[in-house]
Formats: sequence, structure tokens, C-alpha cells
Amino acid sequence: MIDTNVYLSHWPFRRLPLDETDALVAKLRAAGIAQAWAGSFDGLLHKDVTAVNARLADECARHADLLLPFGAINLALPDWQGDVRRCRESHGMHGIRLHPNYHGYRLDDPRFGELLTLAGQHRLIVQVVVRMEDDRTQHPLVRVPGVDLTNLANVLAAQPQVQVQLLNSGRDVTPTLLRELAELPNVWLDFAMTEGVGGVAQLAGDFHMDRVLLGTYAPFFPVESSLLKLDESELGHTLRDRFTRKNAEQLTRLAGKKPGQ
Amino acid sequence: MLWDLHCHLSGIDGDTPDLRMANLIRFADRMGIERVVVFMGYPFATDPTAEELRVQNDQVLQALSHWHDRAFGFAYVSPKHVDASLAEIDRCIRNGPLVGIKLWVAGHCSDTAVDAIVQRCAELQGVIFQHTWNKANGNLPGESTAEDMAVLAARHPATPLICGHTGGDWELGIRAIRAHLNVSIDLGGSDPTAGIVEMAVRELGAERIIFGSDAPGRSFASQLAKVNSADISSESRSLILGGNLKRLLLPILRAKGIA
Ligand SMILES: [Zn+2]
Repeated sequence: MIDTNVYLSHWPFRRLPLDETDALVAKLRAAGIAQAWAGSFDGLLHKDVTAVNARLADECARHADLLLPFGAINLALPDWQGDVRRCRESHGMHGIRLHPNYHGYRLDDPRFGELLTLAGQHRLIVQVVVRMEDDRTQHPLVRVPGVDLTNLANVLAAQPQVQVQLLNSGRDVTPTLLRELAELPNVWLDFAMTEGVGGVAQLAGDFHMDRVLLGTYAPFFPVESSLLKLDESELGHTLRDRFTRKNAEQLTRLAGKKPGQ
Repeated sequence: MLWDLHCHLSGIDGDTPDLRMANLIRFADRMGIERVVVFMGYPFATDPTAEELRVQNDQVLQALSHWHDRAFGFAYVSPKHVDASLAEIDRCIRNGPLVGIKLWVAGHCSDTAVDAIVQRCAELQGVIFQHTWNKANGNLPGESTAEDMAVLAARHPATPLICGHTGGDWELGIRAIRAHLNVSIDLGGSDPTAGIVEMAVRELGAERIIFGSDAPGRSFASQLAKVNSADISSESRSLILGGNLKRLLLPILRAKGIA
């Protein structure tokens, strides 16, 4: 299985049971995860994102058969373009992970458009994390609303060459928005924050069976949460295989293509 | 044994209580959940009238009618309608099959208006479940926090009480009720943030922790993962997944001749 949503390092507000890489890696392996796309919690608040990404790349290299680093890019920082370039050229990353709500920009911001263009040129998957936690449980001085997805479909329709995956979008996407996004060829979702009984089958029905990907959001959520959701929904073997592996492989393939290829 | 303390009829397909219940059980079966406790009907009513309480409890009674081997029910009551609530306790618990009460968000449980309801339910040995949430973005006007629960618990120190959702923000909720040994926590209805069960076992002991899902609005899977993933003993896990709920229900089940 391929897990498209894990984090390394430490969540700023709580120690998590598996927030040491070796422990997380052991857990992922035991759960049958063969590849995990890893961002860094440090990418949320640190300003020296270049160092965050170097540490992330080093940490993933220690478990190179399992962990793929997805570097943090903060569009509010000077020369974020340099970080994008280093993610690809210095660290050989397959993707980057954005936290627009923690970095203070909307998805209709011109910088986000520029980022998408640059990511397409570097053949990087762009992950946009819609939220890190429930609004209701946030630290009173650090209340960060989920990313506003209002203009997302328009923005992505203008950049069909870049593959974009929303992480933790469960409580923020309406069936109407999902239908809009399903019309685009380059949008993908995980189901770490998808709730409700049978939520994964419901999501695939509302969105697209070929573009739903396993994401556990470990170690913030236990790996078991998303895996048990696969059992809770009535999925045949074929769909289960798509959600847990094939769709992620397809996303990797599409993102890695050279323009015009 | 896998028993779920916290399920509803709202948020699942079905034109009738029977169809909704059948759907709920279908998903419970897929997760290996043997028994569910169901409370409140549909649509959700945050500040129900006396008549709405009756209608919602009728929906639960109907839903349970074919599932007494798989499900228990609590009566929905409200401190805004004390007399009607006492009547519902008599109708549904003393004279009916329900085994506890659910207090939601109509009024704070710290208010003494709740006392008569709690006392009546306790006399019948019914289970008392009070919703609590500590919301960073603000509670509903009548919505109790875990601190409100602590106030209620101090007034009724000999009555077992359940702190619904562990206050939602469980790091606050566990602290708020930990000194009140008559309070157990319901694990359901919050994101499956890792570490909730470990902290609860550390601060409360496994005997005061009860698995609940808040399905169908929540996924059985995400909520079960909180317990399945926790780094705790197998004895603790089995208490949390059913042993504690069974212990709380046993007196009223015995009184009703069910156990
Ligand atoms: Zn509930």
C-alpha cells in the first residue's frame, strides 16, 4: 500500500505516540505500507524551511525504501522559488506539501498560481493540506481555519499540467465542490479526515474512483483509522487496490511526465 | 466483546427508524461491533420541545423493536422541560425498554435544573450520558463543557455519570473530570488524534473509559482506531471496548430481568 499522508518531526502542540521516525517507520511497515509520502511538521511554523527540507530529506534517506520526502514550501517567505528548485534538484523529491492556512495566503493568490507553474516545470506533485486539526480543538492563540476552497476549481482548471492532491479535506469539501473538482483531470484527494459510516465509498461516489488515495495522517492520527475505513466501506478488491496503490502510482506517473510527453 | 456507547439515527439513509437501524447495524457488523447504544431520533433537535422529545424517543423505541439482541437505547431528555423529561423517563425506562438518558445541548448540566432528571434516572439505575464539548471557537448557548460536567459530578458524587466526547478537546476534558471518580468518559465524536486513550488511561484508569463512536455522523472505523492503536494492556483495551459499559448497564439490565 502507498500512504500519501504522513508527517515526520514533532507536532507543535502535543507529543504524539509515533513522532520519532523509527517508531513511525516500524508501525507503517507492520501495517503493510510499502511507500509513504512524508512531509514535516516543522514546515508549519519554521522560517528556515530550507533546513526543514534538508532534514526531511536526510530522515527519509535513512528509510529510502519506504519514505518519500515531500518538501515544505512557504509562499510567504522570500525566495520560496529557491526551495522549490532545491526540493527537486538537491533532494530529488517527487512532490511538495503546502499549508496555505498556516502561511497566510488564499488559493486565488497569484503566488499560488506561480507555484503551480513552477511545480509543473519541475514535475512535482503539489499537496495542499486543507487543515491539520479540528477548529474546535486548536490552541486558543493559534486558531487556523481550514483552507478556503472556493476558487480552487478555477485555479486548477487554468493549470492542467500540474497534479494537485488535497490532504485532510474531509470536513471541508461539499458534494457540490467534489463534483466540480471531479470534472478536472488533475485533482486528487486522500481520506484521512473523511468521516461518517462508509465514508470512503461515499467520497469515491461523490468524487472519482480513480483519484481517491489512501492517506493515514500518521502519526497525528493512528494508521489504523484510514485502514479500518477501508474495511467499513463495502469495497471490492479492485477498488481497494486502486485506493491503496494504483491511484497513487498513476498520480506519480502523471506528475513525472515531461511536458508534452 | 465490542460494544459501542454512542450511536444515533440521524445521518444515515433510511425513510423509517427501522431502515436506519438496519443500515447502522450493517456497518457495525462490518466493524465487528456486537452491540450499540442508540439515542435521539431525526432530524437532530438541539433544543427540543417536550413533544419533540416524545417523538424522538418513539423513533428510538421503534428502531430498537427488532434489535433487542443487538442494541440498547437511552431516552432523550432536556433540562428545559423537566416535567416532560421525568415523564419520558417513566414512559421509556421505568415502563419501557430504554436503559439510560441522553442530555445534549439544550441547557448546561451545571444548572440545578438537571438535578431532578439525574436523580430520577439514578433511582432506576439508568445510565446518564451528558454531551460535553470545549470548543475553541465557542460553544452553543446551552452546550456544556467538561468543567460543567465536573460541577454536576460534585453535586451527585455517588451517581455514575458519563462525560460525552471527553469534552471534545480531550486534553482539557480529561483534566476537568479526573478528580471526580464517579465520571467516566465517552471516547466518541472527536477526530482520532493519537494519544487520547493513553492519556485517559494514565489520568483516569482504564475503568473510567468507554468506547463510543458517535456513528453514523462519525465513522466507526476512525473512532475504533483510537482504542485499537493505543499502547495499553489487553486488559485495559477490553474494559474500554465493552467491559466498562457492560458493568454500568448491568444493574438496570438486572432490574429489568434482561441480564
Ligand atoms: Zn453524538
